[in-house]
Amino acid sequence: MNITLNIQRYNPDTDEESYFQQYQVDVKPTDRLLDALMQVKRFQDGSLGFRKSCAHGVCGSDGMRINGVDGLACKTLIKDIAAHDGDTVTVEPLRHLPVQRDLIVDQQEFFEKYRAIKPYLINDEPVAGKERLQSPRERMAFDDATSCILCASCYSACPIPVEQPDFLGPAALAQAFRFLADSRDRATEQRLAIVDTEEGAWGCQNHFQCTRVCPRSILITKRINETKRMIKQSKEKESS
Amino acid sequence: MIHNFDTVIVGSGGAGLYAALEASARSKTAVLSKLYPIRSHTGAAQGGISAALGNVEEDSAQWHAFDTVKGGDYLVDQQAAMILTEEAIQAVYDLENRGLPFNRTPEGRIDQRRFGGHTRNFGEGPVRRACYAADRTGHMILQTLYQQCIKNEVSFFDEFQVVDVIIEDGSCRGVVVVELATGEMHIFAAKAVLFATGGFGRIFKITSNAYANTGDGPAVCARRGIPLEDMEFYQFHPTGIMGLGILISEAVRGEGGILRNRDGERFMERYSPTLLDLAPRDIVARSILTEVRAGQGIRGDRRIDDYVHLDATHLGKEVLDAKLPDISGFCRTYLGIDPIDAPIPVLPTAHYAMGGIPTDVHGRVVIDREGTIIDGLYAAGECACVSVHGANRLGTNSLLDLIVFGRRAGQHIAEYVKDAPAPRPVADADEFARAWIDRLLDGADGPHGGAITDEMQVTMMEKVGIYRNKADMSVAVDQIQELRSRYQTVRVQDTGSRFNTDLLELIELGNLLDLSLVTAVSALHREESRGAHSREDFPERDDDTWLKHTLAYLEGDEVRLDYKAVDTSIWEPKPRTY
Repeated sequence: MNITLNIQRYNPDTDEESYFQQYQVDVKPTDRLLDALMQVKRFQDGSLGFRKSCAHGVCGSDGMRINGVDGLACKTLIKDIAAHDGDTVTVEPLRHLPVQRDLIVDQQEFFEKYRAIKPYLINDEPVAGKERLQSPRERMAFDDATSCILCASCYSACPIPVEQPDFLGPAALAQAFRFLADSRDRATEQRLAIVDTEEGAWGCQNHFQCTRVCPRSILITKRINETKRMIKQSKEKESS
Repeated sequence: MIHNFDTVIVGSGGAGLYAALEASARSKTAVLSKLYPIRSHTGAAQGGISAALGNVEEDSAQWHAFDTVKGGDYLVDQQAAMILTEEAIQAVYDLENRGLPFNRTPEGRIDQRRFGGHTRNFGEGPVRRACYAADRTGHMILQTLYQQCIKNEVSFFDEFQVVDVIIEDGSCRGVVVVELATGEMHIFAAKAVLFATGGFGRIFKITSNAYANTGDGPAVCARRGIPLEDMEFYQFHPTGIMGLGILISEAVRGEGGILRNRDGERFMERYSPTLLDLAPRDIVARSILTEVRAGQGIRGDRRIDDYVHLDATHLGKEVLDAKLPDISGFCRTYLGIDPIDAPIPVLPTAHYAMGGIPTDVHGRVVIDREGTIIDGLYAAGECACVSVHGANRLGTNSLLDLIVFGRRAGQHIAEYVKDAPAPRPVADADEFARAWIDRLLDGADGPHGGAITDEMQVTMMEKVGIYRNKADMSVAVDQIQELRSRYQTVRVQDTGSRFNTDLLELIELGNLLDLSLVTAVSALHREESRGAHSREDFPERDDDTWLKHTLAYLEGDEVRLDYKAVDTSIWEPKPRTY
């Protein structure tokens, strides 16, 4: 089938402002959007800028807004975004992050917020040359959060940063939960202090946009709410 | 711009990050990555990392080493294999201690499962050796190591593309790099450089590899006189999603999945009576292709793209959900089927380079049969060839290779740079890279890279794929040479400097073409069948003539071949049956 890709273009070196450019591509309904973008890149217009790597939804490079919904170009099939011959698919860069070129955004701020929650296991207790024990139930308590590929789709989907640019965002908060809920971690208080803020967990207003778009099906909003409960419980414990 | 570091690591997958953790603790270290580090292809590895922990049944590092040697069809350097499997055990505990969320046994220990070619007691039957985190073990390794690098404040240079290595008087002096964001060329002068750039599956049409897997490290080294070892040994994973090549982990068969032909027959019973569906990958891939060629594929039309079924419908929802969730997701997304309801259509997909930059067990690059070292030049991971995988790698041993030899290289570098002379700039170090890139950017009329990429991938897939013969490979060498000369006329369509991904892709294409040539020539000259290298015209293994590693030197448009001995100091080569 033949479809039109309506792609937002912007090169800060040469363009006053962004504009949309259209490309016609011949695709199969089961092709990935990334396949269509590669067709443009290799055979129509080498100047189109976008990131890509694994092409099957595990590396997180090709997050973008597809018909207004954030997601990965390699995990989005044409049949899910264009039903008929001649349909148009609009592709824009992720929101809340500065555009560097076309669909490429600067993810530095996104990664800084990830770093802010101390995304690493903290446990200085000695281990006797083997693994730390953890029951299957304890392991599954934070399972879905470990799937995160830091693609920033959730960050772009979230409405909060529009009004509150310092909001840590869904991905960083989900990763805070990943360590808070890990029975091996010993930095609960440190981490709770980071997320017990307006920029942290309390910034979330349960819009569920992150959960809706997450290409890894992580129940992000639920994890943030569990984190809020952990904060409350920790405070109740303190005061009792 | 010129930077000075003790240590420069090129690549931020498992090997590069582990080396960075070691090297950065004791030397001024920079990690250069063409991607954001967390996007590296280590993250796509699914099934597991093997280590003889013995958590669920008896196991030993020696059995693991033997399986590795036999799996590699005796082209493995055996002392290196012992190091791999002995250090595996502590390496896995280290990863766990650093936070890796392995699946657990009821007792709370790291759970282990079966994988192809891994056996108890020297081949008696399958053993549970693969430690795993669902079917995203590589993802968890990459995440854990990246998290540790954040904790240890490792310096990253994200989206920097290596284009040359500086070697002078038998020593490595640094690398030449293009910064994607600005197009600026940088020289990173260093006492030690580690290449950990991963694989180059993109030389083939159907591959499980990422777009980024373009062999930048091996290609850059090859152009500077470093030989590439055993490039004819390229692994096709038996089970890629039909048409797309997306990996369906061997863990599906490790958990009990079964390959079936159009009659529903479990055909591996005929090819590998003991290990069945868990035979090593080269054997399973050939078996699938043999079925397809005999008209036993699902369509039965004997065409190259016919396929077989991987049946996981009997595994139960619980196993699929807890142990294979990503695989199930891939099937739903790309095939519109759920593996609990329907078998998965699969076909072999180009997956892993056993060959690469020759190194010793410390990651030091070795440039000839005598074992001559280039001071300060290191390689680890898929881009390197230690050789622990020989003619065919066992599943789960790639993640292990990254961790064990990434760490060893990082440790050796940390010691080496203490006494090494300070990095010093080399005059005109970027001359070659500038000439290359200026030519691509000069605005002259020339073809774009798309058609050349396509033709290269089809040629390699059809003529230097699973089954090979002299006639096809001779044609392939000529075709690749023709594509390389056409490459001399290609030009970018984007002459800008900011995020010029057009330029990046043409640089990558140049690398892939050089590696295609070296692969095809190495394969054409090895007149035997061993592991993943299957010659229709030489169907037997020939230890008298060919029990040796290939060293291929790219010299302009020619490839000169030499050979070096295999370490068989522990186990005498024997016929390989399963």
